[in-house]
Amino acid sequence: MATDSTAVGAIRNRGPLEGVRPAFDLIARQRVLFTILFLVVLPWLAPYKALAVNILIFGLFAMGFNLVYGYAGMLSFGHAALFGLGAYGCGVPIAKFGFPWYVALPLGVLIATTAGVVIGWFATRSRGIYFAMVTLALSQVVYYVVYQSIWLTGGEDGLRGVSVPSISLFGIAEFNLLDPTTKYYLILIIIILALWIFSRILASPFGAILEGLRENEKRAAACGYDVNRTRWFAFVLSSVFSGLAGALYAIHLSVVPIETLHYFTSAVVLMMTLLGGMGTFFGPFVGALVYLLLQDVVSVITVHWQLVVGCLFVLLILFFPRGIWGSLMHWLRI
Amino acid sequence: MSTTPVIATEGVGKRFGGFRALSDVTVAFYSGRLTSIIGPNGAGKSTFFNVLSGAFPPSEGRVLFEGRDITGTPQHVFPHLGIAKSFQITNLFPQLTALENVRLAAQAMKSRFDIWTKRETLSELKEKAEDLLNRVGLSKRRNDLAANLAHGEQRSLEIAVALASDPKVLLLDEPTAGMSPEEARAMMDLILKLNEQCSVILVEHRMKLVMGISDRIIVLHHGQLLAEGTPDEIRNHDEVRRVYLGQSV
Repeated sequence: MATDSTAVGAIRNRGPLEGVRPAFDLIARQRVLFTILFLVVLPWLAPYKALAVNILIFGLFAMGFNLVYGYAGMLSFGHAALFGLGAYGCGVPIAKFGFPWYVALPLGVLIATTAGVVIGWFATRSRGIYFAMVTLALSQVVYYVVYQSIWLTGGEDGLRGVSVPSISLFGIAEFNLLDPTTKYYLILIIIILALWIFSRILASPFGAILEGLRENEKRAAACGYDVNRTRWFAFVLSSVFSGLAGALYAIHLSVVPIETLHYFTSAVVLMMTLLGGMGTFFGPFVGALVYLLLQDVVSVITVHWQLVVGCLFVLLILFFPRGIWGSLMHWLRI
Repeated sequence: MSTTPVIATEGVGKRFGGFRALSDVTVAFYSGRLTSIIGPNGAGKSTFFNVLSGAFPPSEGRVLFEGRDITGTPQHVFPHLGIAKSFQITNLFPQLTALENVRLAAQAMKSRFDIWTKRETLSELKEKAEDLLNRVGLSKRRNDLAANLAHGEQRSLEIAVALASDPKVLLLDEPTAGMSPEEARAMMDLILKLNEQCSVILVEHRMKLVMGISDRIIVLHHGQLLAEGTPDEIRNHDEVRRVYLGQSV
């Protein structure tokens, strides 16, 4: 079967990339395995370990965002609220009430998901730019509520003291989270679980509906699918992954900056997804990697790093609208 | 053949702003029949079709399905009631294969919020889709993207997609639009065959095409019901002859 597809490919696409096509074919078919493999070696490629953790977490966030934007075709401008509420939802119980991490982490996901249910319910009644505006407005509401609740969230200064120095697994093994490599691989375990679930969703009957919805909403409705409900459900699923990313971010940083809820965070996750390639499985991780690496490298040279990243972003959108990974997959016709 | 109306309208009208596209249409469609809605361009056929198929609610009047008021029911509920439709302008999932178009339509009756099983495990849907493609003569093209099919093939695919919900009533809006005479003939044969299983309501502006196959014909003109009857009655109807002046009826 593999030789078959390469033979066909060779006839219709004889380019410089032809030699690597079978490899990418395999990657596309084994998307979870390949992504895990990449993430396992990532810390040894990144300039330092804390950056690798950021790539991991923002990759997960962008993956969740991609479900709404890339797969269901809704441009959300309010995902910062989901990410930030995941972070505060996990951070506050640890910092203020001394909850253990394994209670706080699901709590963060739950709070973000609840917010996703509410925001999604309002937003999925509108389309296009109105959808973007509703999500933006509601995420700003969340921002100001958290900003004003200083007694609980620390307000402008952010939430301090989300300390999880070590994790003990059933008393068998004790892991020191202050060691960045240990922290990376512990977070990776949770992310592998999320990757697997995400891939199952895409392969499920619901995933098929999302493809149809992106193709033709009117036809989907005439087939008997409640379009608004389907969009709403996709939004809620997306908030589970975004919230998980936020919760892990709180544990990773030991603090929750108020910026996690700022609309700039919504723009960042959008940029990452576009850089990597919307509607692709691995693209969001590529986008997170490129964005954070650029930020890291360029900000050493100049404080105006956003200008450089912005210019690059514009060029990419103009000439490679499918993003880095998306273009690669397209050229190889996978 | 039973005589209960499967779909009936009572004083249905539709306004678009100041424009009155349809007024006071009261008709009944009987179970198992093939009923055609005809009329010159601008007669309100498509507006009436859209009201019947739930694309938009009427401005006044009621639509009944098996005696039940379904006025204002959202579009996505219609297939679940047993009313399926095809669009006048081809409306498919262009970047999905012909097979996936039909499979996805069939899935709507089975699974709408399942995020866990693999879609391949719903093998009966795939078999059903294969079967439907076979019936409309598209088996050979099942793995081609809908966008890459010829116009006539896309029209046939539309029918297969509509049939995927096992409808009691099939609503077809000019299924032969843009087809060659031979293709149109084949399409009419197919529709006749489908009528053995479900009631068919057909909108068509080429009068000749439907005369031979319809059980009943409804003629609309200027948004109003002009005539209703068997093809013979319509053929000899003075008003209809006047409206279709210059055409041999």
